Amino acid sequence: MDYLSLANASISGILTGLVYGLSALGLSVIFGVIRIVNFAHGEIMVIGMFFAMLLFRHLGIDPLMSVPIAAVVLFGFGYILQATVITRVSQLHDHFQFLLLAAIAIMMVSACLLIFGPDPQSVDIPYALDSFAIGEIILGKPRVYAAIGAIVVASLLLAFFRYTATGKAIRACADNHLGAKVVGLNVGRLYAFTFGLGTAALGAAGAIMLLLYEVQPYLAPGFTLLAFVIVIIGGLGSLYGALLGGVLIGLSEALAASFLQPSMKTAFSFALLILVLLFRPQGLLGRAR
Amino acid sequence: MSKKVIKSIPHLGGAPTRRQVLAGAGIATAAAAVPLKYGLAASTLKVGILQPRSGPQGQIGLDCQRGADIAPQVLKQLGLPEVEYMIGDTETKVDVARARAEKMINDGAQLMIGCFDSGQTMAVAQVCESKNIPFVVNIAAVPKLTELGYKWVWRNFPTGPMIVRDAFVNQKALFAMTGATPKTVTLLHANDTFGSSLAGALFALAPRFKMPYKIVEKIPYDPYGRDFSAEVRKVKSSKAEAVWTVSRLLDAIAITKEMVRQRLDIMGIMSTGPGWYEDEYMKATGKYGNDVVNLVPWWDPNKPTSKIFAKEFSAKFPDKNINTNHTYTFEAVMVASDALKRAGSNNAKALQAAIQKTDIKNNVTTGPGIHFNEKGQNPDVVDSAIQNRDGRSLVILPKEAAVAKPIWPMRPFNKRG
Repeated sequence: MDYLSLANASISGILTGLVYGLSALGLSVIFGVIRIVNFAHGEIMVIGMFFAMLLFRHLGIDPLMSVPIAAVVLFGFGYILQATVITRVSQLHDHFQFLLLAAIAIMMVSACLLIFGPDPQSVDIPYALDSFAIGEIILGKPRVYAAIGAIVVASLLLAFFRYTATGKAIRACADNHLGAKVVGLNVGRLYAFTFGLGTAALGAAGAIMLLLYEVQPYLAPGFTLLAFVIVIIGGLGSLYGALLGGVLIGLSEALAASFLQPSMKTAFSFALLILVLLFRPQGLLGRAR
Repeated sequence: MSKKVIKSIPHLGGAPTRRQVLAGAGIATAAAAVPLKYGLAASTLKVGILQPRSGPQGQIGLDCQRGADIAPQVLKQLGLPEVEYMIGDTETKVDVARARAEKMINDGAQLMIGCFDSGQTMAVAQVCESKNIPFVVNIAAVPKLTELGYKWVWRNFPTGPMIVRDAFVNQKALFAMTGATPKTVTLLHANDTFGSSLAGALFALAPRFKMPYKIVEKIPYDPYGRDFSAEVRKVKSSKAEAVWTVSRLLDAIAITKEMVRQRLDIMGIMSTGPGWYEDEYMKATGKYGNDVVNLVPWWDPNKPTSKIFAKEFSAKFPDKNINTNHTYTFEAVMVASDALKRAGSNNAKALQAAIQKTDIKNNVTTGPGIHFNEKGQNPDVVDSAIQNRDGRSLVILPKEAAVAKPIWPMRPFNKRG
């Protein structure tokens, strides 16, 4: 193993991992507060990708610039979805919630197939094939920009929960549902707001992902699975855990691909998942219940 | 009026009874219901074209269909009879391919064509063999298809070992023509059945063909992966002078883009298999897709029939380039039509005998023509070397089919304007 290859693989893995982390953040936000496992996670992110693609093709907006627009639009979508549909099954057994969100996911894939077709589509951004060279280390510009975008979006989300009154109220709901009701918080609205925040994070992640991947409807299940692996490693419900899990997965994939075999990288992600489940089932930054 | 007509039928011996009329009607109905494979109606041939028209290989199956769609216009100009199509979809699944073949035959298909994928083709071959229905394979490279002693299966497409052999032959010719021979090569291949088996054969047989280079690394990867930066980094760190890939379409596009980003500077990219010559690839990669050398079964643009085919194809599909899928599917229809003409019947046995005696010289794919050995394989199929140039695939080898001189070593990515 030479140090240059190690440095190249590590930096690239961390950059990819940050984007993975952002993509898993939405899942963690929703589960951490509402205790609903969003099986339509990947599908919502793919909708964010398609939305950013449309903005680029019709209005010439760079995917990075379309991050706030995608976030706002998908916030609205998530808010309405929670307030009108998901809230009705939130008191039922978990199975019903899983089935509802799986059904929503299937409908989204079908709608995307109907509108966009099954073929992969990309955006022709001017810096798509450019790279930065730091000595012998070469980093693709889209990957660097995507990682910076992921850091910015994740920081804003974390700051929102930490410093705003609404963020604090949401955390209060997550900590003590009954207590939040007793002190007069409108839990129903806060839940809808939280689901909206989760889908907004997915919209932002989708727009950023468009820099790295071609979009097609069938991408979604892969993204959902990846997000589950990340949040289980990081700790379901922990925002910092999601970011840490993403970076660990990105790093392990890059190192396994570079120093073992590229075809082994997915196996390494799952090996990491098994280790965490065996020795720290609540996740690296999760709280034991 | 009807009574008069019945009376005029001499062998009924006068006015028929109601029972005779019913019996006659029954016989007529039964005769009409007898499957056409027994050859009672010789005017046309019902050809079942079974391809993966949906699922992961759906785009390829639809592409193959374009070759069949062109066939009527071309066959007419060659004086060959038209055939009637029945279209089927394998959904890219072996079990569906088998079930659909049975249904198409039950519905009246008298000859089957398919199925691009080796696994699906094997399943359909078993069905056709058990039902004594001729099966002309358009595309499938698995060797055992024509090694199992089937009497109703014919393949006008190279087997895996033939593809490997021709790839080495064409590489040597390319290096000799250009005077640029890589000393080291990295094999980058998809880790699916097709990619692994082909790459395994290339890796194992390179020394036997006394290739002038050494394969320094063999890198398998998941063709359905999201990110290929690590794969390209590994190619780069192998320091090989050239890369030889076995890919699918989407991974080929993503790998090319990653090669550009990582400023890979090599003598050239060679590919055996799909992906790197397809229209979608050239559209997605633009100038960076240029100069890739594909070592694949192809068509000979210099043949007279190829010119007819190309004219009809560009009229019907102006946005598409002609490729392997189109020409080999067209030739499968051509084999069926030629057999129908010579057999003079759609009787299965007659078609079987006619196909076995096929001797078509005026075909479109590279090589001397179409005929079949006792195993049902066309042993004379020859692969080509083609090179991507500004959205087109130009034949550079073999010499008799060439329309352009090779650009080798390839132009560096950073000097393409």
